[in-house]
Amino acid sequence: MIPMSKIVRTITNILYVFIIGFGFYVIIHGHLTPGGGFQGGAVVASAFALLAVAYGRKKIVSMLNKEHLSVAEISGLLAFICLAFLGLGTVFFFNFLAVGRSIPVFSNTPAGINPGDLNTAGILPLMNIAVGVEVLSALGVVILTMFLGFKEGK
Amino acid sequence: MFENLVPHLPILIIAIPLFGAFASYLFSKVSDKARDVFAFIVLGVTEFLVLVLGKDIYTNGLRVYTLGATSAELTAPTGYIMPVRIILEVDALSIFMGIITVTVAFIVFIFSLKPMKEYSGTDKYYTLMFLLLVGMLGIEFTGDLFNLFVFLEIASIAGAALVAFFTHRDESAEAAFKYVVICSLGALLVLFAVALFYGQYDALNIAYLANVMKYSLLDKIAFCVLLCAFAMKAGSAPMHMWKPDAYGEAPGPVAAILVTASLVSMYALLRVCFTLYGRGLNTEVIGWIITVLGLLSIFIGVTMALIQNNFGRLIGYTAVAEVGFILLAAGVGFAGFSSTGFGFTALQAGLFHILNDALDLGLLFLVSGAVLHATGKRNLNELSGLARNMKYTCIFFIVGLCAVAGLPPMNGFASKLMIYESVYQFNPVFSIIAILASIFMLAVFVKVFYSVFLGPELKEFSSVKEVPASMLLAMGALAVLIIVIGLCPDIFVNNVINPAARALIDYGIYRGVV
Amino acid sequence: MTLESSAIFNLPFITVVLLIIIGMYALMFKRNLIKIVIGLTLIESGVNLFLIALGYRKGCYAPIYTNAPTTAMVFPTPQALTLTSIVIGLAVTALMLSFAVLIYKKYGTINAEKTRRLKG
Repeated sequence: MIPMSKIVRTITNILYVFIIGFGFYVIIHGHLTPGGGFQGGAVVASAFALLAVAYGRKKIVSMLNKEHLSVAEISGLLAFICLAFLGLGTVFFFNFLAVGRSIPVFSNTPAGINPGDLNTAGILPLMNIAVGVEVLSALGVVILTMFLGFKEGK
Repeated sequence: MFENLVPHLPILIIAIPLFGAFASYLFSKVSDKARDVFAFIVLGVTEFLVLVLGKDIYTNGLRVYTLGATSAELTAPTGYIMPVRIILEVDALSIFMGIITVTVAFIVFIFSLKPMKEYSGTDKYYTLMFLLLVGMLGIEFTGDLFNLFVFLEIASIAGAALVAFFTHRDESAEAAFKYVVICSLGALLVLFAVALFYGQYDALNIAYLANVMKYSLLDKIAFCVLLCAFAMKAGSAPMHMWKPDAYGEAPGPVAAILVTASLVSMYALLRVCFTLYGRGLNTEVIGWIITVLGLLSIFIGVTMALIQNNFGRLIGYTAVAEVGFILLAAGVGFAGFSSTGFGFTALQAGLFHILNDALDLGLLFLVSGAVLHATGKRNLNELSGLARNMKYTCIFFIVGLCAVAGLPPMNGFASKLMIYESVYQFNPVFSIIAILASIFMLAVFVKVFYSVFLGPELKEFSSVKEVPASMLLAMGALAVLIIVIGLCPDIFVNNVINPAARALIDYGIYRGVV
Repeated sequence: MTLESSAIFNLPFITVVLLIIIGMYALMFKRNLIKIVIGLTLIESGVNLFLIALGYRKGCYAPIYTNAPTTAMVFPTPQALTLTSIVIGLAVTALMLSFAVLIYKKYGTINAEKTRRLKG
């Protein structure tokens, strides 16, 4: 696929930073506002799709590496399941940061209506970040694979 | 040292293969050897844990696990009248299926160590295999209807990707497309039924739903939808056509584990019929419907198997017939629905046949995989005289053949005899049809045996060698299990099958958890 | 006639039925593999809409505690279910489209009638 016109590429250059920034905002605020890991990751991956369409096949291969994305995807998944395993002292998926409060990270858990402090909710923000990394790299792999076409296996 | 760990076993058995699925990909970046060792350890640990949990449940009864709560047994948080968290509920039937699943997966893993080395993409093969295992175990252990849908989809996606593993063959993608369309349609039907339940009772927990069920019109619609979805996923006629396609095109070991996956759908069907609805339905009518579905599957499976000339497709059609036998027994069991009499015998026979099916068809698919590995061919017309060079594979095929056709002293004989006996008391004609179908199945496999293993030796196969030791070990393990169960079926029926069947009939225990 | 009993109030459920019927039609009668995938996605959207419509309660707020005007909120389970099923649907759709691409590479067509080597 050939690159698109200069106008499209210039707009893409400006926009994709904002799209990726917004995606990460959605991921990090997952425990406070609608959204979370999956939605934010999908937003970031849409920036990849934009880059792929605007710059064409040659450029996108040098920008995104499928192997690195695969490893990032697996790391996100492993981080998620390890967080679940860490709660095993009580129960699997137990929110050990919020209830025990032994580690002062994200340990505040205000009840009821609150102003939306980012430093709350225990392991939920960490899980959102793990899922976000997983989704953005997985969708990146999907977009790259579909965009570049399939290689012949054995 | 296991006393502290035993309460956590239900989730550990699901979570450890899930961890293995992701970590094995990282290990394959290091080296293939490291990944194989790691996968072996993960599966070995899972097998050990499932056996420990099985011993615990068979002695102490059902186990509950609430995810994310302050204690594992706390099903409903204080102030709530119904469970809001995800609950795993493992009773004798669940763990019975779990042991079958993990054992077959372990054997299939050992089998696929060698043959899969020849192909690219083995790193993904192991990840998908683990994910399929996670999906099946999740369906068996979960006590939550929506969770069941999620695990069903995990199993479908992993299974479809595995069916398409031979991407160099044209037909693989076609079979995989059919498989994924059927599976996701089935899963969406399940989700629709979940929505119908949630709209009425605001709950998703199977035990809670069963307690508050009003058997309204919407509940009956939901039952029909669930019955269709699970029968379709189990591969019963008239929605069986995806099965020979997928099994015929998938690699042998993948087909062997997909058999277990379709049996897990049978488990979900039994769980919905017996535990979720129970006696509130007209069990006679529903039992007849399931029985007729079973007979139809037997008839179509056997007659279509007669005319096949692809090894995998032929076994795929026999798998349709075997699912028909289970449906027949389950239908009679549901129509009887008591802890005595022929209904209970039929239910026991159905569960026993689930165990035997996973082993017998698994062995046959492994043999077809071994033949494919040795010769590179699956067409029965092109294969001939392999018994000269592949003695052990030939012996294992005879064991599998006798077991599937229901000849003594194999395990298939024991369970089929129980099915004939109990179905005869329900309706003699059905029993006679089942016996005739078994005889036809023997004819089918004798034909295969003659054309593949006997007959003149072809020049192109004169240099064919016996398959490597790891593959023989896997097939041998299945064959030994088949013969051991066949020689002393009463021990298995009394100690393993009977508690599982009782768990279905005495549904009050499962429902009483919440 | 009150608002609750009027047809407009049931509009989401009518849409659900329509979406599922259109999806079933595409699944059964269309020959193009991409259209079959679209049919499945339509059924999925129908089921998702059904779940979301069940979760609606009149006069309640979305369950977001950050600076919420009131604590009269809906129970967030249907939204969570829908989200999960959307995520799964994405994976299934991507997988089906990959198979369609593979079939196109192998057979040179995505007409379901011409990609039928497996039969009998």
